[in-house]
Amino acid sequence: MGSFFGGIHPRYNKELSDRQAIETMPLPGKLIVHFTQNLGAPPRPIVKKGDDVKKGQVIAEPGGFVSAPVHAPTSGTVKSIDVYPHPAGTDMPAAVIVPDGNDEWADGCDVERDTNLLDADAIKNLIQAGGLVGKGGAAFPTHVKLSPPPGKKINLLIINGAECEPYLTADHRLMLDRPSEILEGAALFARVIGVDLIIVAIERNKPDAIGRMSEHAAGRAGFSIEAMDVVYPQGAEKQLIYSLTKRRVPAGGLPMDVGVLVQNVGTAYAAYEAVTFDRPLIERVVTVTGSGIVQPKNVLARIGATFEDLIAFCGGLKSDTGKIISGGPMMGVAQYSLDASVTKGTSGIVLLTNDEIPQFTGDACIRCGRCVNVCPMGLNPSALSIFIERMMFERAGEYNVMDCIECGCCAYVCPSRRPMVHHLRRGKAEVRKAAKKAG
Amino acid sequence: MLTAIIALASLALLASFGLAMAARVFAVEIDPKVEAIEEALPGANCGVCGLPGCAELARHIAEGTAEVDACPVGGEAVAHMIASIMGQTFEGGGVRSVAMVMCNGDDEVAAKRFFYNGVYDCNSAALLFGGDKACSYGCLGQGTCAGVCPFGAIDMLPSGLARVNPEKCTGCTKCVSACPKGIIKMIPSDRTVHILCSSHDKGGKVRKSCRVGCIGCQRCVKAAPEGAIEMEENLAVVNYEADIPHTVAESCPMNTIVIRGPGIVEELDTENKAAVEGRA
Repeated sequence: MGSFFGGIHPRYNKELSDRQAIETMPLPGKLIVHFTQNLGAPPRPIVKKGDDVKKGQVIAEPGGFVSAPVHAPTSGTVKSIDVYPHPAGTDMPAAVIVPDGNDEWADGCDVERDTNLLDADAIKNLIQAGGLVGKGGAAFPTHVKLSPPPGKKINLLIINGAECEPYLTADHRLMLDRPSEILEGAALFARVIGVDLIIVAIERNKPDAIGRMSEHAAGRAGFSIEAMDVVYPQGAEKQLIYSLTKRRVPAGGLPMDVGVLVQNVGTAYAAYEAVTFDRPLIERVVTVTGSGIVQPKNVLARIGATFEDLIAFCGGLKSDTGKIISGGPMMGVAQYSLDASVTKGTSGIVLLTNDEIPQFTGDACIRCGRCVNVCPMGLNPSALSIFIERMMFERAGEYNVMDCIECGCCAYVCPSRRPMVHHLRRGKAEVRKAAKKAG
Repeated sequence: MLTAIIALASLALLASFGLAMAARVFAVEIDPKVEAIEEALPGANCGVCGLPGCAELARHIAEGTAEVDACPVGGEAVAHMIASIMGQTFEGGGVRSVAMVMCNGDDEVAAKRFFYNGVYDCNSAALLFGGDKACSYGCLGQGTCAGVCPFGAIDMLPSGLARVNPEKCTGCTKCVSACPKGIIKMIPSDRTVHILCSSHDKGGKVRKSCRVGCIGCQRCVKAAPEGAIEMEENLAVVNYEADIPHTVAESCPMNTIVIRGPGIVEELDTENKAAVEGRA
């Protein structure tokens, strides 16, 4: 299958961890569970210091429709509620849960049910109650994507297994180790929105995953496995839709505007768990990798597991490790503390050694236009970064800075080593601020 | 040859006659007051008066739709000059206000959580965990205020702190709105006792992140005259309307209280001194 405009070919470095089968991490001594784990309205905490919680019990209720509940990842006691570093780059309130070791489910959880008896609304409600958010990184609440407004007809479901971000192999391993569960989950999404065609899109650099998924999809109606060109950011929602269907999501629009729903393979797996067994989203696969870690692994970790415990589980840091990134090296956020913990959107932790850390000097733009050639959104990052540097945020808005998906292609190719994504994030923040002010 | 010279000369005569007539017929009358006022205004076109530039303000003053002291930047001196142009008298009032960065936590005394090497700009730095300082209220030292100051009145000290030069500060307040931490305050220029801290954190947390932060012990509140220093959420704040003796500074266990202002000779270490004087 084809491709989209722009994009880059970075070194993927996936061989560090793509042969490592998913390993379950033993319960750590403490879990730091963030209350805000979704895009949209922050959930409201409903536990307090000293409360006993059961595994799967709701500890924060949705703060609105575009919000998802947060569940206790194990049974234990809430030791404290305090501000901790959130891997997305802010300090946020979180509950510190000390496990009691029994790992005991709350009432009503972990019970198998026959999903054939459920209608579309029942499935959607179970997904909403399970606290599902997009596990690809953006953490957008899943049930919102499954509720298109009347008049918007969705006729294609894309299950995103592209995993174009360098280093990360969590989705890759999930497709190898849990293929039939992913397909079951995808079929549940298809039933909710009533589509017949499901495309599982996988980049060609994962032939084993394409083979395994094809094997399991063989007997099922409606599934098609597509091998995608290897180009970053193939796995970005709008780019993937264009590659597969040549449909363009309008600026500021959503995939549902062109009749498409995209869900990550991890989210499909979580939907299977939530609907079939009433297990809310309390664990996920995290790739711990990079040349700064002793044993790169794909770890099935509880939500709230600290980076410190994850790194210890993977044999610890090497002596010259200089940077910890939550997410992949292209779109991830550098972390300053190992108290940062796994959230629903944490797909990996990349540890880089000192000599691998890129230095962005912030020299002047030489207007070579390389960033324009690679921007998958068809923007002019060169002009945008200059506007933002000179605090001309209105102009940046006119040049559609809000369409930027922060993929980092422009920064990757810039010969002046300009911190492009940092400029663009600033610009987006300022445009949002101005829009809020204007009401 | 001769024909060409005569032809061009007569053409020139004709054209100059035309121009001279046009200048008379279409003459634009400029109020000499507007020109004089514009000359008197600082000419930074900063926009603080609310008008698009100094020329526009000059027109408004000449027409009487703006007061003679409408330029907050020019202050009293400019107001006097404009008043004499307008044939009015200006009674000087009050003390001009200047900006001050309410943080003294430079790299020597304030702890950092990580090494930041992104865009040199405070608003950009604040996007990642609110900045690299362990204190979430502290000056980020990335020079945004110095960049927006139209008068070059803010120095970035090599120790990682912004510092307003009260001599050059005109009180335009551009830096106040540019600072993402909101720690630049406008104060009367004749005051000398300052509490250079903006942290509302509790004492224990302040001690961990900064050696000159206000820990909220309230000793200065007791040492100062009543109502001269007040507590606002774990932070002692100077009431700039009150007179405070310099001895109050001795009561502060953290050296957060700084004596600075007109007539006070301050000791800066050599590096910072060079930076301040190099730009003066």
